[in-house]
Formats: sequence, structure tokens, C-alpha cells
Amino acid sequence: MFKKLYLFYKEGFSNMTVGKTLWMIALIKLFIMFGILKVFFFPNQLKTNYDNDRDRSEHVIKQLIDRSDKEIVNQN
Amino acid sequence: MELLDASLVNWSRGQFALTAMYHWIFVPLTLGLGIVMAIMESVYYKTGKEEWKRATKFWMTLFGVNFAMGVATGIILEFQFGTNWSNYSWFVGDIFGAPLAIEGMLAFFMEATFISIMFFGWKKVSKGFHLASTWLVVLGATLSALWILVANAWMQYPTGMEFNPDTTRNEMIDFWSILLSPVAINKFLHTVYSGWVLGALFTVGVSSWYLIRKREVDFALKSIKIGSIFGVVASILIIATGDGSAYHVAQKQPMKLAVMEGLYEGEEGANIVAMGLLNPDKRYDNDEETFIVKMDVPVPKLLSLLGYRDADAFVPGIKDIINGYTLSDGTVVPSFADRQASGTLAINALKEYKLAKEAGNDSLAAEHLVVLRANYNNFGYGYLEKPEDLIPNVPLVFYAFHFMVALGMLFLLIFSLAWFFHWKKKLESQKWLLWTALLSIPLGYLATQLGWVVAEVGRQPWTIQDILPVQAAVSSVSTGSVQLTFFLFLALFTALLIAEIRIMMKQIQKGPEDH
Repeated sequence: MFKKLYLFYKEGFSNMTVGKTLWMIALIKLFIMFGILKVFFFPNQLKTNYDNDRDRSEHVIKQLIDRSDKEIVNQN
Repeated sequence: MELLDASLVNWSRGQFALTAMYHWIFVPLTLGLGIVMAIMESVYYKTGKEEWKRATKFWMTLFGVNFAMGVATGIILEFQFGTNWSNYSWFVGDIFGAPLAIEGMLAFFMEATFISIMFFGWKKVSKGFHLASTWLVVLGATLSALWILVANAWMQYPTGMEFNPDTTRNEMIDFWSILLSPVAINKFLHTVYSGWVLGALFTVGVSSWYLIRKREVDFALKSIKIGSIFGVVASILIIATGDGSAYHVAQKQPMKLAVMEGLYEGEEGANIVAMGLLNPDKRYDNDEETFIVKMDVPVPKLLSLLGYRDADAFVPGIKDIINGYTLSDGTVVPSFADRQASGTLAINALKEYKLAKEAGNDSLAAEHLVVLRANYNNFGYGYLEKPEDLIPNVPLVFYAFHFMVALGMLFLLIFSLAWFFHWKKKLESQKWLLWTALLSIPLGYLATQLGWVVAEVGRQPWTIQDILPVQAAVSSVSTGSVQLTFFLFLALFTALLIAEIRIMMKQIQKGPEDH
């Protein structure tokens, strides 16, 4: 069963023509997304900065309350 | 008081819009072309004719190119939820998380399993099993879209939830009312049909190129036959669900409808604008003319009829929504000022509730909770400062809506003519039609993007309708980091798009292969 499955994919991948280019692009794209963008540019703010759900909830509620008394400024 | 940089909100919105719009370049073709290739394979299964297999494999290759380029581009939106929209992300809790988790599971298991059989299994599995795999790939892609659109529809029409001030989250209390909300069902169908129209247009347009070049004539005619019939059906379905969208927008998001139609002053028996040029000096609080030039659809009272199923119904304009109005059935809709006061009450009640809880005064907390719940449907208005904050960008939404509708009508005409001339066996000589179909492919993409502009810009300032505006939803991150990632995405997605176009064009130049 597993051998048949392995051979199915092996043969499928080895017979690919344009598919090889597509796989290469897809893998590079996924590496950029998960290996670079996610790691270096997109931390989960609440998970990174707070240890537990209670602290996360407190942070968000503070933001929601503070921002109702806000002043939006344009720094540009 | 928190100082919030307005440009942070705008850049965060811009980044999200950029990502969503690029993602939406890939998705609709997957939905539409998937159906085209599945129909062709079904014909091959029924007739056993090799030319249908050849056609199926050609469109399947283009489907594969598009699928590979687009796969996972939507995940970046989820990155942004956690980084740039963390308040929103926490606030919506499991309501948004559950559909997205289901989408991830479905997308992974269903599509990943059957797509390999679809591409590798032509000589390995039976014809019936292969056909079933192809349809299951299409079904998997469509169901993925369902869950995303359910989540989006909930933002436009929040239902089936209750706000828990102890966790600061909206918690799901009725999964079925979220899944089966009329807005979600209609949005899902309308969006999927837009993908079908694009898939049909792509099929007819690319096939027209072969006819112009006098190459692969039999293949091109067969493809146009399938594409044009499918296109007519999809266009009729999109008109029907467009009517449903107008009705739901009128009920749930009257400001969006007013902006779509450039309607500042409400009217009973309101008409629909066919085309118009907006007066740039028009504001909700001045007496300038709304239009420099305007032409109504020659069916009177159509907007009232479509929006309220009553030709004489009152359709509120922007000014009415700001000042408050009474509907034909006697329902009184409060003014912006009243809703702002109610929203402020709700936010203050939340604050006092937390303080009472911290002080261990449960009875006082319960009193504040009653006030919070009574005013929660206006919670987001407490963040708005002036009436203008409630009005989306009128020209952008108005023109996007009208161009989208005009393009939809053009596509229906193209499909109908292609079908007619194919039936008359005169299609090859209609060079003007073939060129129009070919040149309309980018217009198909434009129309689907305009649809999202209407849906998303038209609901500003809300991330969750009436509950949470963008300025409360955004994370406190540096504007510079958002700008940096905006341009990184722009570069990444543009590279992907260029790669897609180049590979697609190479495959089209090559044409269908004999196997």
C-alpha cells in the first residue's frame, strides 16, 4: 500500500514538466513567507508580548478603553 | 489618552488591501477554471472522445499554474491579523478563528489529496475515480472560499455572538446563525459566481486567441462552446445574487448602499443611477449638486424595489443616516449623534465594569454590564469623532460599483454573442468579437477587484459593522514596519504575478499537447 503510494508520487513528480518549475516557485514562496516574513516581520503581538490570556485580555481592553478617548494625529 | 498615528491606520489598511487584492487575483480563476476543466472531463468521461481529454489537460495545466502561484498567498492575511490587527484578532476570538481553522483543514486535506490524483493519476486510476478527484478539487477550493467568506460576512453583519467583558472577546453562541446568515450565503454565492465568470471569460478569451491565430481551431471552438454557455449561466447567477446583495446591503449596511448610489438625500421610490459624474465639491452638509452629469436606469423606483422589495419604500441617503430617519414601516433609525452617545455609554460601561470587578463589587459590575449590553450594538460609534468619520470614500465606491456592473453586462454580452455565433458556425469570422473576448480577460480581473472595493471600502470605517472601527482594531506597531512589509509584499506578489503570466503565456503558446 505505502509502496504503491510512494511509487505513485515518485513517478508523478519525475514525469512533471512545467510542474517542476511550479513546485520550485511554490517552495521558494513558502520559504519566504514562513522562514522570513513570519519569523522576522510578523510576530503575533499578543502571544509575543504577553504570557497568558488574562494579560492579553487586559491589554486589549485597555486599548479599547483608551482609544475611545483618543486623539488621532497625522505625523506625515 | 493614546496618541494614534493616523498614517498607521492607513498603512495597515493599505497593506491588508494590497495582500487581499493580490490574493484575489489567483483565487477566482481557480474557482472558475476548475469548473471549466471539470465539465470538459465530464464530457470526456461520457463520450470517451480523446479531444475532450486533450482539452481538459490543457486547461488543467493552466489551472495548475494558477493554483501553484496562488496557494498560501492568503496565509499572509492571517499573519497580519496577529501583527497589525491584534486588537481585532483578539476581540473576534473564535468567531473568526473557527471558520479559518476549518478552511485550513479542508484546503489542506481535500485539495492536497485529490489534486495529486488529478495531475498524476491519468493512467493510474480509473476514469471515474479521476473525474471524481477533479470535481473534489474544485469542491475543496470552493468550500475553502465558503469559510473565508463566512468570516468576512460576519464582519459585515455580526450575528450569533455575545460579547464577554471578562475575556474581551465576542464569543460564538450560535454557529449556525453565523454559517447560515443570509449575508454569508449571498456573499459566498456572489463571490464564487464572480470566479466562474472570470474562468469562463479566461476560457473564451484564450480560445479566441487560437482562433485569431488560426491554430487549434477544433479545440478552441469546443472550449468556447463550454466557456460561453458556462459564462451565460454564471452571469445570470451573478445578477441574481447581486440583487440579493443589494437587498442585504440595504437592510444591514444602508450607508454602503447610499454611497454606492451617490445618494445624499433619501427618497421614496428611489431610482438607480446608470452612470454619473460626481461633483467633487459635494459634502453631506452642503447644498451642492451631487452629480455634474447623471443618467438613471430607465426603470423607475428600481432602487427602492431592489433594496426593500417595495417600489415606494424610502431609501435613506447619507444625510439621513447622519441625521436619523424613519423607514416606511415606521422603524426609527437613530442619528449619528445618538449612536455616538450610545457607543460612548457602552465603552464607559465596559471601563466601569472592569473597575467594579477589580474592586470585587459584583453588584455594581452587573449594573454596568446591563448598560454595556443595552448599548453594545453601537459600541463602535464611541470611537468616531464626527459625522464624516461614518462616511466611506464616496467616489471610489460609487465608480467601483458602477464600473463593476457595466463590466458584468459586457461579459454577458460577450458570452451570449460567442454562444450565438458558435451555434451559427460563424464564430471564426467574427474577428471583432474574438479580439473583444481576448482583450476582456484583464477586465474580468478588474471587475472582481472592483467588487471587493465596493464590499470593503463601502463598509468603512468598520472592521466589524457598528462594533469596531479600524482605528480601534489596529495594533500599536510602528508605521515604518508596516510600510516596510507593504513594499516587501508588493515586491513578492508582483514577482509571483509576473511569473504566473510568463508561465501561462508559455503554456498557451505551446497549446494543448497530444498524450
